[in-house]
Amino acid sequence: MSEPVNYLTNGWTIRSWLLTHDHKRIALLYLVSITGFFFLGGAAAALIRLNLLTPEGALVSAETYNRLFTMHGIIMVWFFLVPAVPVTLGNFIVPLMIGARDLAFPRLNLLSWYLFMIGGLVALYALFVGGVDTGWTLYTPLSTNYSKGHVVAAVVGIFISGFSSIATGLNFMVTIHRLRAPGMTWFRMPLFLWSLYATSVILVLATPVLAMTLILLSLERLFGIGVFDPALGGDPLLFQHLFWFYSHPAVYIMILPGMGIVTEIVTTFARKKVFGYKFIAWASIAIAVIGFFVWGHHMFVAGQSLYASLVFSILSYLVAVPSAIKVFNWLGTLHKGTIRFDAPMLYALGFIGLFTIGGLTGLFLASLAVDVHVTQTYFVVAHFHYIMVGGMVSAFFGGLHYWWPKITGRIYPEMWGRVAAILIFFGFNLTFFPQFILGYLGMPRRYHSYAPEFQILNILSTAGSTILAAAYLLPLAYLTWSLFWGERASANPWRATGLEWRTASPPPTENFAEIPVVTEEAYEYPPPEVAQHG
Amino acid sequence: MAETQVGMQYEDLRHQSDTALIGMWLFLATEILFFGALLFTYMIYRLWYPDGFIAAVRHANILIGTLNTAVLLTSSFTLTAGLLYAKAGDMRRLIYSCVATIGLGLLFMALKALEYAEDFRERLVPGTNFALADHDGARIFYLFYYTATGVHLVHLAIGIGLVLYIARRARRGDFTAQAHTPVEVVGLYWSFVDIVWLFLYPLIYLVGRGG
Repeated sequence: MSEPVNYLTNGWTIRSWLLTHDHKRIALLYLVSITGFFFLGGAAAALIRLNLLTPEGALVSAETYNRLFTMHGIIMVWFFLVPAVPVTLGNFIVPLMIGARDLAFPRLNLLSWYLFMIGGLVALYALFVGGVDTGWTLYTPLSTNYSKGHVVAAVVGIFISGFSSIATGLNFMVTIHRLRAPGMTWFRMPLFLWSLYATSVILVLATPVLAMTLILLSLERLFGIGVFDPALGGDPLLFQHLFWFYSHPAVYIMILPGMGIVTEIVTTFARKKVFGYKFIAWASIAIAVIGFFVWGHHMFVAGQSLYASLVFSILSYLVAVPSAIKVFNWLGTLHKGTIRFDAPMLYALGFIGLFTIGGLTGLFLASLAVDVHVTQTYFVVAHFHYIMVGGMVSAFFGGLHYWWPKITGRIYPEMWGRVAAILIFFGFNLTFFPQFILGYLGMPRRYHSYAPEFQILNILSTAGSTILAAAYLLPLAYLTWSLFWGERASANPWRATGLEWRTASPPPTENFAEIPVVTEEAYEYPPPEVAQHG
Repeated sequence: MAETQVGMQYEDLRHQSDTALIGMWLFLATEILFFGALLFTYMIYRLWYPDGFIAAVRHANILIGTLNTAVLLTSSFTLTAGLLYAKAGDMRRLIYSCVATIGLGLLFMALKALEYAEDFRERLVPGTNFALADHDGARIFYLFYYTATGVHLVHLAIGIGLVLYIARRARRGDFTAQAHTPVEVVGLYWSFVDIVWLFLYPLIYLVGRGG
């Protein structure tokens, strides 16, 4: 073959993959693992939806149902949503975007993948051998005293994978500080990097608190000493405080990278400089900072002080401000742009709509009185699925399609890309919009049966989930197809700005033949025509 | 000189060294939050159960605790001295300093083991037969005590392993007066483990002891 050696063709042995220090290869290792976890968690969700076809529960016993939704939650949160974008697209793109040859600590990067896999396998062991029935939130004293499942094993798995999160966050922060190409100032960086930087701050500062909380939970369960169990003199609210001190910022770990991807896509496919660069950059940081101080809105009905609830409510409203700033800036970027509706753009537009619905219903939940009415109902379930599945998963797919030519050197089939994007949007809404109504009418979450008058809406939701499942399987099929038979991609198929498009597709192992020098701000359209085409 | 080569993502050795230091500082930020969650838990229950906590503090072996504080502070001194020797290019004394640091670390562990043994003899273990069963919250104090000192010992064991690694590399001739960043990185970690103890010492041995 005449083409130069790239990172994919640089070594064919299994060893050259499993012991690689190349951030691009590690990203692919992660991509394969994450895809596996996504479909496992998705299978659990499918069984949950099937069971809810009939009021008395169509498929499984109450006990099995509890294990299914716990498995769905634990896998999706810790082994898909939290790592998904940073470890795959982030790992691949960060060094390319800042014009570096690798992340700051390549060996740490590889170690993080092994930790992730070990943690994931331990958690899977717990979930398949006996299972866990506490819900992903692991509330005490249910998890420490009453649950009969393999709580400790699941917790050990989550604990180990936490170190992989910390390693990734630390690596990104140091890399962005230290390895930017000459001329790449902070305010010339693409906004995807700002969002990943904000994400990394949360990964580094919030994850250790969860780690210590899980240690205390395990000790209470193993030795019966009351840290959190009120019968033994402990405080169950303390567990909830510590848990949500991690798990609420973790919501921003899940959504911030998605916002970054959408920013890149919107500006590329509107062929226009992003509107309000500094506002979007600082909004990412503001979300990360304020996001640390809103956790108490998960505990409005848990018995915390009313004054604490008031403060948490106000702060939760406050965190909506930077989120809204981003939405308005995306719309401002679209305004008078030359818009193309390629598949990544369809995903990004879907994200903007679904995230807005998810965000606004989040404000309902942040208001004390409304929250009392809909707490622990399907309203909450619908709200956070709009953010995490409607928002984050759409953004992940958008980013995957957007950078697919760069990652693989192949073009995916555009028509199928658009079909899947549209199916995901409609399948998602059909699945989760009825759940807003169900929740408002009072259907509680986490029960395997429900009152008969809720059946029609539940059938609609299950019908939607079959469309959604098919739509998620489509990209798996056509993206895999394109690996072998897709058209070869040029260096810059979208004619986008950004340093990642100034090197070959797929890039060589050292990323750039020569380290680029940056002389202009991000998103200066039209970009300079790159010599190598086709 | 195998591992002092410059990675392809760095301009030069100095760029790489400074980056390694920043990485360790950031890791210490993670560690602060990790121990912070535990100290926060202590604080909450200290307020809930002053009586049980004071009773437990009065049963702590202040002699061993104070001795160990001195041992650990001295170990930070010896490792820092090692760093200064490395900067001066005196690798032989760097190795001696590492050996002294490891010795002090092991001494700390030995003293801690003695203290645990005594705790067991005095039934200061929150199971059945717990000596302070009459004092509300004393069990939680001892959960904190064993968790905090246990996690601290794990950190210390890792630290001893790292200092051993430094000593071996120094003997192999990996370091020069200009290039010895790993010494400084490990030094940061060691001092952090030391500082954690400086928080644990008053909480376990001092607060509420008098009066």
